[in-house]
Amino acid sequence: MNTNTNKHVVVIGNGMVGYKFCEKLVAKQKNGGRFTLTVFGEEPRVAYDRVHLSAYFAGKTAEDLTLAPADWYAGNGIKLYLTDPVVDIDRERKEVRSHHGVVVPYDYLIMATGSGAFVPSVAGVEKDGVFVYRTIEDLELIQSYACTARKGAVLGGGLLGLEAAKALLDLGLDEAHVVEFAPRLMPRQIDDAGSGILQRQLESLGLTIHLSKSTQEITGDDCITGMQFADGSLLDVDMLVISAGIRPRDELAKSAGLDIHPRGGIIVDNYLQTSDPSIFAIGECAVAHHMIYGLVAPGYEMAEVVASQLIGETKEFKPFDMSTKLKLIGTDVASFGDPFASEPTCRTIVYENKAKGVYKRINVSADGKALLGGILVGDAEQYNMLLQTCKNKTILPPDPEDIILGSRGGEEAGAGVMSLPDDVLICSCEAITKAMLCHEIGENGNDTVDKLKKATKACTGCGGCTPMVKDLIQGVMKEKGVYIRNIICEHFDYTRQELLDLVKMNRLTTYGTVLDQFGHGDGCEVCKPAVASILAGLWNENILKKDLAPIQDSNDRFLANIQKGGTYSVVPRIPGGEITPEKLIVLGQVGQKYGLYTKITGGQRIDLFGAHVGDLPKIWEELINAGFESGHAYGKSLRTVKSCVGSTWCRYGVQDSVSFAIELEERYKGLRSPHKLKSGVSGCTRECAEAQSKDFGIIATEKGWNVYVCGNGGTKPQHAQLLASDVDKETCIRLLDRFLMFYVKTADPLARTATWLNKMEGGMTYLKAVVIDDVLGIGDDLEREMQLIVDTFKCEWKEVVESPELRKRFTHFVNAPEVKDPTIAFEPMRDQVRAKEWA
Amino acid sequence: METLTLYKDEITWHVACQVDDIPENGGACALINGRQVAIFNFARRGEWYATDNECPHRQQMALGRGMIGSQGDEPKVACPFHKRTFSLETGKCLNDDTYQINTYPVKVDAGLVYVGV
Repeated sequence: MNTNTNKHVVVIGNGMVGYKFCEKLVAKQKNGGRFTLTVFGEEPRVAYDRVHLSAYFAGKTAEDLTLAPADWYAGNGIKLYLTDPVVDIDRERKEVRSHHGVVVPYDYLIMATGSGAFVPSVAGVEKDGVFVYRTIEDLELIQSYACTARKGAVLGGGLLGLEAAKALLDLGLDEAHVVEFAPRLMPRQIDDAGSGILQRQLESLGLTIHLSKSTQEITGDDCITGMQFADGSLLDVDMLVISAGIRPRDELAKSAGLDIHPRGGIIVDNYLQTSDPSIFAIGECAVAHHMIYGLVAPGYEMAEVVASQLIGETKEFKPFDMSTKLKLIGTDVASFGDPFASEPTCRTIVYENKAKGVYKRINVSADGKALLGGILVGDAEQYNMLLQTCKNKTILPPDPEDIILGSRGGEEAGAGVMSLPDDVLICSCEAITKAMLCHEIGENGNDTVDKLKKATKACTGCGGCTPMVKDLIQGVMKEKGVYIRNIICEHFDYTRQELLDLVKMNRLTTYGTVLDQFGHGDGCEVCKPAVASILAGLWNENILKKDLAPIQDSNDRFLANIQKGGTYSVVPRIPGGEITPEKLIVLGQVGQKYGLYTKITGGQRIDLFGAHVGDLPKIWEELINAGFESGHAYGKSLRTVKSCVGSTWCRYGVQDSVSFAIELEERYKGLRSPHKLKSGVSGCTRECAEAQSKDFGIIATEKGWNVYVCGNGGTKPQHAQLLASDVDKETCIRLLDRFLMFYVKTADPLARTATWLNKMEGGMTYLKAVVIDDVLGIGDDLEREMQLIVDTFKCEWKEVVESPELRKRFTHFVNAPEVKDPTIAFEPMRDQVRAKEWA
Repeated sequence: METLTLYKDEITWHVACQVDDIPENGGACALINGRQVAIFNFARRGEWYATDNECPHRQQMALGRGMIGSQGDEPKVACPFHKRTFSLETGKCLNDDTYQINTYPVKVDAGLVYVGV
């Protein structure tokens, strides 16, 4: 199209779509093309929001509904004629003539004449008190008539009809009826069951619904007094609003000789051109792809398509998705894809809760893999997720009902800290409840962890509540309408995930370079361990390397857990909890030699307490010589894979859980993550390894293994949820590689897998989509990154033991390496020792 | 243990350790006249600091093992036990007003670190 010279564009119709076209063309002109725009409108007002017409009765003014004020048109060089419809198009001379005699030439003519109300041919429609529901003028007439009316009815139970019914309610009529010819409400969008739920909701608001009613006559002399139906019944009403559908305004196009569809509407091609290439039709007056698109979204898309073409771009109007979600008198109603697909071509899954007024239906392809469409009434929160799943043909989880019902048995979505009761103890050290913290955050402006520490002492004891306190701050602020990004600390304006991506892209390997490039200040005890975890997850270097050691948290810094009094505990790895008598003897000997208190841990290994920092290398040297490795009990990393004895001994076991637990522990040992990771493998459904309380847990079945993820004990226990069932070992490991690496890369610092999942948009459905269906296309990367960690594993303690340089750091006094901290003291207890109580 | 008075200032300087004994941007503890002193090589700021090794919160000898950093412009150290943080300049506890530690002057000369006690 030639866009060099100034072109005259005339728009007939100043409705929503006509206005949108002007808006788009004005915006696009800035990129090329010069146009003189003239707009003719039949109504006395500039374009307004017809979709929310009923808001007019709920208190909105005509101005509130206006899309752009009259001076917007003038300001953009648009000549606007209102109350002046075009009455003639001269296609030979390429000009239009208006009712008032204005003649304007055009290079391009845009028909945006919209539609009028369809009025069925029922005897008596001409009587006073019978209205249509289309324009603000219609509404004004309805409003003034309603002053003297008591009973009103709407003819038509579709989208617009129900809007009109809401209008009658808002006008304060004593009775408001909806009369629908079809056996259900909104017959184009929802099915019988959905309609039933909707009907109940509407009835509870005071509407009376009449279905399968064919109106034969509108009774009364001059004014309407009632409706006579074909089944012989009568309904007394003082006024009637007809909202039985739309009829495209094609009369002008017809008289101009353009091709018109036999059932009404201006026929256009894929480029929205009519049978005259200079004339386009958009919105509800056009028939594209053999249909009239009676929604505003496709109308806007049509405006975009034509505006684009005028500035010389090629753009087609594609069949438009008619999925809709709206709130009808307070009730969510949505339909998407093919809402009515039915068996046997598909499997239909229905959830109905009459008490709550919720109905959900999804249509799943016969092979169970694709979502074909569905209906939501009463709760359409999942609409966007479902629509995307449907449009993108995302492969569904093995139990497709999960996508509308959520995972059952686990906690519901929103299991975050905000869902806890007010009196729950968040900080158990200082006995501080959720309510106290919320009050400080919301009322006293203590909206950072540091401020809360000062105001309440929360997080100042063991610090275990800090992540929950952070979530509370976010939750309270979110309720106040303030969104806080979970940035790491004052030194980095990034979330952990953002920083991880930056560190990876820039291949940074030291804290100093990360701080120089992406942070400010000198760092702190929050960002240093966070960056340490990021670096470890990406490059897997020994964490005590020169630049890395000072950024490690208390325990990592000495590869041991600091305990009361300043001694450390030693936990060698005992994969799967399996240990030979010989190794047990070594542990006993080491404990004896260094005077250590010994205890079996919850993770099936042995903890040796009370080691002086200077003794740690010597202790580990002996352990490593006996074949032990670091157990990473000090790290935010894999702790143990607990196992039951399984099929090798147990008379119930169906698989060898110990061997698999050892295999998994050997694979993921040393993996550094946002928080500690615990796992378990049970040999049968009796679940003796408590796998369902682990970050990842595996339970043997007759056919393979069931994989559960995102459980934990701890402060807020949560059951793990099923990720996959009856998979073989290889699949299990592949899924776990992806799951764990995805967690390592995307979780906030110190967020366990359960917390991470609770905060994840889309929850388990989304996690499955990423891990199993690989919707993000990152599956291979995650597996490769995990393999790198596996391949580069080295026992940290072995490296320290063998390096005089690193060993040197394990002293209490740098200037007196042989002297132990004289303040350390023990007290006897049950034949062993314990740390002296805090002073 | 070596304890030398090298300068005749009002401060008595003690040789604490060699520069290499303290990790860059980290700390360690030295025993000086029977006193446990935490020494920090804040290489990022080109500064050395010394404080009590004892964290007054639970009387733990641990500050030398703490992470250093900054809060605003204030250089600080965090106790590895419960993350009380203390100004390396003033010894003031930054997240709990009830605590205060001593700070000591530090000098570096010819590869040796001196602390004034």
